[in-house]
Amino acid sequence: MKKISIGNLIDNLILIIGSIIMVFPFYWMFLSAFKTPAEVNTTPPTWLPSSFRLDNFIYAFQTAPFGRYFLNSVIVTASVVALTSFVTILAAFAFSRLKFPGRDLLFSFCIALMMIPFEMIVITNYSTIADWGLLDNIVALIIPFTSSIFYTYILRNFFFSIPDSLYYSARVDGASNWKYLWRIMVPIARPAIVTIALLNTITSWNAFLWPLLVVNTSENRTLPLGLYTFITDGGVRYERLMAAATIVVVPVILLFLFTRKHIVSGVARGGLKG
Amino acid sequence: MSRISILTRRLPRQAEGERQRISVRTFAEPLAYLLPFFIGLAIFTLFPIINVFLLSFKEDYRMLSGEFSRYGLGNYAFILKDPYFINGLKNTAIYVFTVVPVSTVLALFFAYMLNKKLRLNPLYQTAFFLPMVTSVIAVGLAWKWIFNYDYGVLNFFLSLFNIDPINWLNNPHYGLWAIIIYGIWSYLPFTIILLLSGLQNIDPLYATAARVDGASNFKIFFRITLPLLAPTVGLVLIVNIISASKVFNELFPLFNGKPGVAYNLYTVVYYIYEVFYVKWRLGQAGAAAVILFLIVLVFTMVQLYLQRNWKHY
Repeated sequence: MKKISIGNLIDNLILIIGSIIMVFPFYWMFLSAFKTPAEVNTTPPTWLPSSFRLDNFIYAFQTAPFGRYFLNSVIVTASVVALTSFVTILAAFAFSRLKFPGRDLLFSFCIALMMIPFEMIVITNYSTIADWGLLDNIVALIIPFTSSIFYTYILRNFFFSIPDSLYYSARVDGASNWKYLWRIMVPIARPAIVTIALLNTITSWNAFLWPLLVVNTSENRTLPLGLYTFITDGGVRYERLMAAATIVVVPVILLFLFTRKHIVSGVARGGLKG
Repeated sequence: MSRISILTRRLPRQAEGERQRISVRTFAEPLAYLLPFFIGLAIFTLFPIINVFLLSFKEDYRMLSGEFSRYGLGNYAFILKDPYFINGLKNTAIYVFTVVPVSTVLALFFAYMLNKKLRLNPLYQTAFFLPMVTSVIAVGLAWKWIFNYDYGVLNFFLSLFNIDPINWLNNPHYGLWAIIIYGIWSYLPFTIILLLSGLQNIDPLYATAARVDGASNFKIFFRITLPLLAPTVGLVLIVNIISASKVFNELFPLFNGKPGVAYNLYTVVYYIYEVFYVKWRLGQAGAAAVILFLIVLVFTMVQLYLQRNWKHY
């Protein structure tokens, strides 16, 4: 049992204050979502709502098709994550286990491509999607994102850590590369694959710029885009805006609370930004 | 036993055989595995890069017909004289060189505190890392409400210190500060995570040895921990500079998609977005995108240089 010293108390106090600052915008968002218009516009502000009324949420769902947005976000995110994971597993396997001349050179080239900002190539990608007649189509939100160099890089490194002897003994037993990949490597690499899938889920769920460009009608909007249009459509009524923002944020927060360690370990490898 | 001997005898010969015949078969299988990856990469990354470079040199480019008058530097000359682009460069630079240093120093402090592994550490980590996973639009909207002039909670807190309310979002002088405050907050989680994992890689033996010699915590941090953490700090700075150079999304929740109330808060990416998507001048958008790429390239080179020179730390 550790002694509770003054130093320990100060450390905790500092971290509690820091935590409050980090969480405060969320607290304020959730709190305001339950307030009445009169409660929202008061100084000094009230720190707890008088009651947990759901009027603002009901208003959000009635004026804007947030149910539809939610469904679109789920479809887009699930498709992106499933396709990207599949493509990434195959590519990482070829880049780590299969042998062919020029493999590592090719991979270095891919790594170099990683520094290309997405904002730069967006112009051409928009034209490509327009040429294919996929503007304002939910498919356009999925297909540009199936090949991720960064996720392939993480998984390739993980695959490299699986000992060669495992591969050769499986080959001697007559397993094909395909079988070896799915029966042995993928189960072993599960933690890495889960991490990639989580980072991918978060990025895809929060995507804004690309949907803003290619989606025009409300039935194809995802949650962040739907929320953005709600700002102009719903008028500046903060209790309603905060209710709508809460709808967007809560699923990811729940995901984070249950999978924090996975997400943090993925981010520590440089993911999620840029 | 027999199986092991087969294994050891067969392997070298097999490897030799593989090396000898470089035929279609050598490439066929890897290619099959890489095909889905490369199709996506070719269409949505490789082709666009080449295309944007070409586009940036096409003068008087028309989007619908694809016609242009000639190849030249006209687009670059135009945007480098465009006051909105200059405004974008200036704001982006201010944003990058305030948000990144301030958030790194704060992150260093909190990473150090979190590394003490207090009993409530999981709870603190959850709180500190939460902003990382949430939508910029949703959280930005919460910040817009916090920044509100009349009823915003930030002005309320300031009033407790007898500071007059500040019109954060509707006064052109304060708009950039609002984005910066929000930026510092939103860069903390990512920066703390990287610095924390850097701290955890430092052998605690160094600190213990110094403590035996009677060094204070303060001295240990600045003389031992910080120098050992320098490579991580350098890496974090560069990664954050690159990422902050692309500041853009924040403008949408805070200013309803406008670059500030007085159109004085352009950023490089916002400029690209507007020239491309509002004005449909693709050549100029391409030129601005190439300039963004060059900025990122410079910092990436610095990053590679630092990584190479710090490896033996």
